[in-house]
Amino acid sequence: MIFGLEFPPLSHVVNWPEFIGDDTWGINKVVLVYGFAVLFTFLIFILGNKKQLVPTGAQNIAELTVEFVEDGIVMDTIGPQGRKYTPLLISFFLFIFFCNIFEIIPVIQMPATARIALPMFLALFAYVIYHGAGFKEHGPIGYIKHCLIVPGLPFALHFLVVPIEFVSKFLVQPFSHTVRLFANLLAGHILLVTFGVLSASLWGFGPGLIIMPLPALGVVAFTAFELLVSVLQAYVFTLLAGVYIGAAISHEH
Amino acid sequence: MSLSVLAQEAAAAGIDNKGLAALTYGLGAIGPGIGIGYLVGQSVQAMARQPEAAGMVRTTMFLGIAFVEALALIGFVVFFLAQ
Repeated sequence: MIFGLEFPPLSHVVNWPEFIGDDTWGINKVVLVYGFAVLFTFLIFILGNKKQLVPTGAQNIAELTVEFVEDGIVMDTIGPQGRKYTPLLISFFLFIFFCNIFEIIPVIQMPATARIALPMFLALFAYVIYHGAGFKEHGPIGYIKHCLIVPGLPFALHFLVVPIEFVSKFLVQPFSHTVRLFANLLAGHILLVTFGVLSASLWGFGPGLIIMPLPALGVVAFTAFELLVSVLQAYVFTLLAGVYIGAAISHEH
Repeated sequence: MSLSVLAQEAAAAGIDNKGLAALTYGLGAIGPGIGIGYLVGQSVQAMARQPEAAGMVRTTMFLGIAFVEALALIGFVVFFLAQ
Protein backbone atom coordinates (compact mmCIF):
# COMPACT_ATOMS: atom_id res chain seq x y z
CA MET A 1 0.00 0.00 0.00
CA ILE A 2 1.43 3.36 -1.07
CA PHE A 3 -0.66 6.51 -0.60
CA GLY A 4 -3.65 4.28 0.03
CA LEU A 5 -3.25 2.61 -3.35
CA GLU A 6 -3.01 -1.09 -3.99
CA PHE A 7 0.59 -1.46 -5.15
CA PRO A 8 1.28 -4.70 -7.01
CA PRO A 9 3.61 -7.09 -5.15
CA LEU A 10 7.16 -7.29 -6.43
CA SER A 11 6.61 -10.68 -8.04
CA HIS A 12 3.92 -9.17 -10.28
CA VAL A 13 6.26 -6.44 -11.41
CA VAL A 14 9.21 -8.57 -12.52
CA ASN A 15 7.77 -12.07 -13.12
CA TRP A 16 6.19 -12.62 -16.51
CA PRO A 17 4.10 -15.60 -17.60
CA GLU A 18 5.57 -17.78 -20.33
CA PHE A 19 3.78 -17.72 -23.63
CA ILE A 20 5.65 -20.66 -25.14
CA GLY A 21 6.73 -23.70 -23.16
CA ASP A 22 6.83 -23.73 -19.39
CA ASP A 23 9.10 -23.24 -16.41
CA THR A 24 12.82 -23.47 -17.15
CA TRP A 25 12.69 -23.60 -20.94
CA GLY A 26 9.67 -21.35 -21.37
CA ILE A 27 9.85 -18.17 -23.36
CA ASN A 28 8.53 -15.09 -21.59
CA LYS A 29 9.02 -11.38 -22.02
CA VAL A 30 12.45 -11.35 -20.39
CA VAL A 31 13.73 -14.11 -22.67
CA LEU A 32 12.34 -12.15 -25.61
CA VAL A 33 14.29 -9.10 -24.47
CA TYR A 34 17.48 -11.21 -24.26
CA GLY A 35 16.78 -12.32 -27.83
CA PHE A 36 16.28 -8.77 -29.08
CA ALA A 37 19.40 -7.55 -27.29
CA VAL A 38 21.54 -10.32 -28.80
CA LEU A 39 20.03 -9.64 -32.21
CA PHE A 40 20.68 -5.88 -32.06
CA THR A 41 24.22 -6.39 -30.79
CA PHE A 42 24.94 -8.75 -33.69
CA LEU A 43 23.31 -6.35 -36.12
CA ILE A 44 25.58 -3.53 -35.04
CA PHE A 45 28.61 -5.79 -35.34
CA ILE A 46 27.56 -7.00 -38.81
CA LEU A 47 26.08 -3.84 -40.33
CA GLY A 48 28.80 -1.67 -38.85
CA ASN A 49 31.51 -3.72 -40.52
CA LYS A 50 31.31 -2.01 -43.91
CA LYS A 51 34.67 -0.21 -43.81
CA GLN A 52 33.56 2.78 -45.86
CA LEU A 53 35.80 5.80 -45.70
CA VAL A 54 32.84 8.09 -45.04
CA PRO A 55 30.64 6.14 -42.64
CA THR A 56 26.89 6.10 -43.09
CA GLY A 57 24.00 4.62 -41.13
CA ALA A 58 24.86 1.70 -38.91
CA GLN A 59 28.58 2.19 -39.46
CA ASN A 60 28.26 5.58 -37.75
CA ILE A 61 26.78 4.00 -34.62
CA ALA A 62 29.32 1.20 -34.66
CA GLU A 63 32.29 3.55 -35.02
CA LEU A 64 30.93 5.82 -32.32
CA THR A 65 30.62 2.87 -29.95
CA VAL A 66 34.06 1.53 -30.77
CA GLU A 67 35.61 4.95 -30.23
CA PHE A 68 33.73 5.47 -26.99
CA VAL A 69 34.67 2.09 -25.56
CA GLU A 70 38.26 2.11 -26.80
CA ASP A 71 39.17 5.68 -25.84
CA GLY A 72 36.90 6.09 -22.83
CA ILE A 73 37.23 2.67 -21.22
CA VAL A 74 40.03 0.48 -22.57
CA MET A 75 42.73 3.16 -22.82
CA ASP A 76 41.91 4.64 -19.43
CA THR A 77 41.65 1.41 -17.48
CA ILE A 78 43.86 -1.21 -19.12
CA GLY A 79 46.15 0.74 -21.41
CA PRO A 80 47.41 -0.01 -24.93
CA GLN A 81 47.99 -3.71 -24.19
CA GLY A 82 44.25 -4.02 -23.50
CA ARG A 83 43.27 -3.48 -27.15
CA LYS A 84 42.45 -7.16 -27.54
CA TYR A 85 39.71 -6.81 -24.92
CA THR A 86 37.93 -4.08 -26.88
CA PRO A 87 35.55 -6.43 -28.76
CA LEU A 88 34.58 -8.11 -25.49
CA LEU A 89 33.90 -4.82 -23.75
CA ILE A 90 31.96 -3.50 -26.74
CA SER A 91 29.76 -6.60 -26.65
CA PHE A 92 29.24 -6.10 -22.91
CA PHE A 93 28.34 -2.47 -23.41
CA LEU A 94 25.95 -2.99 -26.31
CA PHE A 95 24.26 -6.06 -24.87
CA ILE A 96 23.69 -4.51 -21.46
CA PHE A 97 22.56 -1.26 -23.05
CA PHE A 98 19.98 -3.04 -25.21
CA CYS A 99 18.80 -5.13 -22.25
CA ASN A 100 18.42 -1.93 -20.21
CA ILE A 101 16.79 0.22 -22.83
CA PHE A 102 13.76 -2.08 -23.03
CA GLU A 103 12.88 -0.60 -19.66
CA ILE A 104 11.46 2.48 -21.40
CA ILE A 105 10.37 1.09 -24.74
CA PRO A 106 6.57 1.15 -24.74
CA VAL A 107 4.63 -2.12 -24.63
CA ILE A 108 7.71 -4.11 -23.51
CA GLN A 109 8.84 -1.89 -20.60
CA MET A 110 10.83 -4.55 -18.81
CA PRO A 111 14.58 -4.32 -18.35
CA ALA A 112 16.01 -7.82 -18.68
CA THR A 113 18.71 -6.78 -16.20
CA ALA A 114 16.10 -6.30 -13.47
CA ARG A 115 16.17 -10.08 -13.04
CA ILE A 116 19.36 -11.01 -11.21
CA ALA A 117 20.09 -13.95 -13.54
CA LEU A 118 21.51 -11.84 -16.35
CA PRO A 119 23.72 -9.46 -14.30
CA MET A 120 24.99 -12.44 -12.33
CA PHE A 121 25.83 -14.37 -15.48
CA LEU A 122 27.60 -11.36 -16.99
CA ALA A 123 29.51 -10.63 -13.79
CA LEU A 124 30.62 -14.27 -13.48
CA PHE A 125 31.59 -14.24 -17.16
CA ALA A 126 33.71 -11.15 -16.55
CA TYR A 127 35.08 -12.82 -13.37
CA VAL A 128 36.30 -15.81 -15.36
CA ILE A 129 37.77 -13.51 -18.04
CA TYR A 130 39.73 -11.25 -15.71
CA HIS A 131 41.02 -13.94 -13.42
CA GLY A 132 41.87 -16.03 -16.47
CA ALA A 133 43.77 -13.11 -17.96
CA GLY A 134 45.63 -12.66 -14.66
CA PHE A 135 46.56 -16.34 -14.47
CA LYS A 136 47.85 -16.20 -18.02
CA GLU A 137 49.84 -13.04 -17.36
CA HIS A 138 51.44 -13.90 -14.03
CA GLY A 139 51.19 -17.69 -13.76
CA PRO A 140 49.13 -19.40 -11.00
CA ILE A 141 51.39 -18.70 -8.01
CA GLY A 142 52.38 -15.29 -9.28
CA TYR A 143 48.78 -14.26 -9.78
CA ILE A 144 47.68 -15.31 -6.29
CA LYS A 145 50.61 -13.30 -4.94
CA HIS A 146 49.74 -10.36 -7.19
CA CYS A 147 46.15 -10.44 -5.94
CA LEU A 148 46.61 -10.99 -2.24
CA ILE A 149 49.89 -9.44 -1.18
CA VAL A 150 50.13 -5.69 -0.94
CA PRO A 151 53.77 -4.72 -1.39
CA GLY A 152 55.57 -2.61 1.16
CA LEU A 153 53.58 -3.64 4.23
CA PRO A 154 55.23 -4.71 7.50
CA PHE A 155 55.28 -8.49 7.84
CA ALA A 156 52.74 -8.76 10.66
CA LEU A 157 50.13 -6.75 8.81
CA HIS A 158 49.94 -9.36 6.06
CA PHE A 159 47.97 -11.63 8.43
CA LEU A 160 45.30 -8.94 8.46
CA VAL A 161 45.47 -7.75 4.87
CA VAL A 162 45.60 -11.07 2.98
CA PRO A 163 42.17 -12.30 4.18
CA ILE A 164 40.65 -8.89 3.50
CA GLU A 165 42.13 -8.81 0.00
CA PHE A 166 40.95 -12.37 -0.63
CA VAL A 167 37.37 -11.63 0.39
CA SER A 168 37.22 -8.38 -1.52
CA LYS A 169 38.89 -9.67 -4.71
CA PHE A 170 37.30 -13.08 -5.03
CA LEU A 171 33.95 -12.81 -3.24
CA VAL A 172 32.73 -9.24 -2.87
CA GLN A 173 33.93 -8.00 -6.25
CA PRO A 174 31.68 -10.19 -8.45
CA PHE A 175 28.81 -9.72 -5.99
CA SER A 176 28.97 -5.93 -6.09
CA HIS A 177 29.49 -6.04 -9.86
CA THR A 178 26.22 -7.96 -10.11
CA VAL A 179 24.19 -6.01 -7.61
CA ARG A 180 25.20 -2.62 -9.02
CA LEU A 181 23.59 -3.34 -12.38
CA PHE A 182 20.69 -5.38 -11.03
CA ALA A 183 19.57 -3.03 -8.25
CA ASN A 184 19.84 0.10 -10.38
CA LEU A 185 17.57 -1.29 -13.04
CA LEU A 186 15.18 -2.90 -10.56
CA ALA A 187 14.91 0.41 -8.71
CA GLY A 188 14.25 2.27 -11.95
CA HIS A 189 11.61 -0.24 -12.98
CA ILE A 190 9.86 0.00 -9.63
CA LEU A 191 9.99 3.79 -9.81
CA LEU A 192 8.26 3.75 -13.19
CA VAL A 193 5.73 1.20 -11.95
CA THR A 194 4.98 3.37 -8.91
CA PHE A 195 4.26 6.42 -11.01
CA GLY A 196 2.35 4.31 -13.51
CA VAL A 197 0.13 2.94 -10.73
CA LEU A 198 -0.40 6.46 -9.37
CA SER A 199 -1.35 7.79 -12.80
CA ALA A 200 -3.67 4.88 -13.49
CA SER A 201 -5.49 5.16 -10.19
CA LEU A 202 -6.08 8.89 -10.64
CA TRP A 203 -7.49 8.37 -14.11
CA GLY A 204 -11.08 9.58 -14.60
CA PHE A 205 -13.24 12.58 -13.87
CA GLY A 206 -13.46 13.62 -10.27
CA PRO A 207 -11.47 15.48 -7.69
CA GLY A 208 -8.42 13.57 -8.91
CA LEU A 209 -8.44 15.58 -12.11
CA ILE A 210 -6.55 18.45 -10.50
CA ILE A 211 -3.54 16.43 -9.40
CA MET A 212 -3.77 13.83 -12.15
CA PRO A 213 -1.14 15.45 -14.41
CA LEU A 214 1.50 15.38 -11.68
CA PRO A 215 2.22 11.63 -11.60
CA ALA A 216 1.83 11.54 -15.38
CA LEU A 217 4.53 14.21 -15.63
CA GLY A 218 6.51 12.10 -13.16
CA VAL A 219 6.31 9.14 -15.55
CA VAL A 220 7.64 11.30 -18.40
CA ALA A 221 10.44 12.78 -16.30
CA PHE A 222 11.53 9.43 -14.87
CA THR A 223 11.41 7.82 -18.30
CA ALA A 224 13.96 10.41 -19.44
CA PHE A 225 15.95 9.75 -16.26
CA GLU A 226 15.89 5.99 -16.88
CA LEU A 227 17.24 6.54 -20.38
CA LEU A 228 20.25 8.17 -18.73
CA VAL A 229 20.51 5.41 -16.14
CA SER A 230 20.43 2.63 -18.71
CA VAL A 231 23.30 4.17 -20.67
CA LEU A 232 25.22 4.98 -17.51
CA GLN A 233 24.86 1.53 -15.99
CA ALA A 234 25.98 -0.16 -19.19
CA TYR A 235 28.99 2.19 -19.16
CA VAL A 236 29.73 1.55 -15.48
CA PHE A 237 29.52 -2.22 -15.84
CA THR A 238 31.87 -2.14 -18.82
CA LEU A 239 34.19 0.32 -17.09
CA LEU A 240 34.43 -1.93 -14.03
CA ALA A 241 35.06 -4.99 -16.18
CA GLY A 242 37.90 -3.01 -17.76
CA VAL A 243 39.25 -1.94 -14.38
CA TYR A 244 39.22 -5.52 -13.10
CA ILE A 245 40.99 -6.79 -16.22
CA GLY A 246 43.50 -3.97 -15.90
CA ALA A 247 44.15 -4.74 -12.23
CA ALA A 248 44.60 -8.44 -13.02
CA ILE A 249 47.16 -7.99 -15.78
CA SER A 250 49.04 -4.95 -14.46
CA HIS A 251 52.69 -5.23 -13.53
CA GLU A 252 53.08 -2.15 -11.38
CA HIS A 253 53.33 -3.81 -8.00
CA MET B 1 19.80 -2.76 23.99
CA SER B 2 19.67 -5.81 21.78
CA LEU B 3 18.14 -5.91 18.34
CA SER B 4 15.29 -8.23 19.35
CA VAL B 5 14.24 -5.84 22.10
CA LEU B 6 14.23 -3.02 19.55
CA ALA B 7 12.13 -5.15 17.21
CA GLN B 8 9.67 -5.96 20.00
CA GLU B 9 9.35 -2.31 20.91
CA ALA B 10 8.83 -1.43 17.28
CA ALA B 11 6.15 -4.07 16.99
CA ALA B 12 4.47 -2.74 20.13
CA ALA B 13 4.54 0.75 18.66
CA GLY B 14 2.82 -0.51 15.54
CA ILE B 15 5.85 -0.31 13.21
CA ASP B 16 5.85 -3.40 11.05
CA ASN B 17 8.75 -5.07 9.31
CA LYS B 18 8.16 -3.07 6.15
CA GLY B 19 8.45 0.22 7.96
CA LEU B 20 11.66 -0.89 9.66
CA ALA B 21 13.06 -2.05 6.31
CA ALA B 22 12.24 1.31 4.73
CA LEU B 23 13.79 3.15 7.68
CA THR B 24 16.93 1.03 7.43
CA TYR B 25 17.24 1.71 3.75
CA GLY B 26 16.94 5.41 4.50
CA LEU B 27 19.75 5.12 7.04
CA GLY B 28 21.83 3.15 4.57
CA ALA B 29 21.41 5.82 1.91
CA ILE B 30 22.85 8.62 4.06
CA GLY B 31 26.49 7.57 3.74
CA PRO B 32 26.54 6.99 -0.03
CA GLY B 33 24.58 10.23 -0.49
CA ILE B 34 27.22 12.24 1.31
CA GLY B 35 29.95 10.26 -0.43
CA ILE B 36 28.65 10.82 -3.96
CA GLY B 37 27.99 14.48 -3.25
CA TYR B 38 31.53 15.03 -2.01
CA LEU B 39 33.00 12.97 -4.85
CA VAL B 40 31.15 14.75 -7.64
CA GLY B 41 31.75 18.15 -6.04
CA GLN B 42 35.48 17.58 -5.90
CA SER B 43 35.48 16.22 -9.45
CA VAL B 44 33.66 19.29 -10.77
CA GLN B 45 36.18 21.46 -8.97
CA ALA B 46 39.03 19.51 -10.52
CA MET B 47 37.46 19.79 -13.99
CA ALA B 48 36.94 23.52 -13.57
CA ARG B 49 40.53 24.04 -12.50
CA GLN B 50 41.99 21.88 -15.21
CA PRO B 51 39.62 21.47 -18.16
CA GLU B 52 42.21 19.58 -20.18
CA ALA B 53 42.13 16.75 -17.60
CA ALA B 54 38.32 16.58 -17.71
CA GLY B 55 38.16 13.25 -19.54
CA MET B 56 40.39 11.46 -17.08
CA VAL B 57 38.65 13.00 -14.08
CA ARG B 58 35.26 12.00 -15.47
CA THR B 59 36.24 8.35 -15.90
CA THR B 60 37.67 8.20 -12.41
CA MET B 61 34.61 9.98 -11.05
CA PHE B 62 32.25 7.40 -12.54
CA LEU B 63 34.45 4.66 -11.15
CA GLY B 64 34.28 6.21 -7.69
CA ILE B 65 30.54 6.73 -7.97
CA ALA B 66 30.14 3.08 -8.91
CA PHE B 67 32.01 1.96 -5.81
CA VAL B 68 30.20 4.33 -3.45
CA GLU B 69 26.83 3.63 -4.97
CA ALA B 70 27.20 -0.09 -4.39
CA LEU B 71 26.54 0.42 -0.68
CA ALA B 72 23.26 2.21 -1.31
CA LEU B 73 22.23 -0.45 -3.80
CA ILE B 74 23.05 -3.29 -1.42
CA GLY B 75 20.87 -1.42 1.08
CA PHE B 76 18.11 -1.33 -1.53
CA VAL B 77 18.34 -5.09 -2.05
CA VAL B 78 18.39 -5.70 1.70
CA PHE B 79 15.24 -3.58 1.91
CA PHE B 80 13.44 -6.09 -0.31
CA LEU B 81 14.92 -9.07 1.52
CA ALA B 82 13.92 -7.70 4.91
CA GLN B 83 10.36 -6.65 4.26
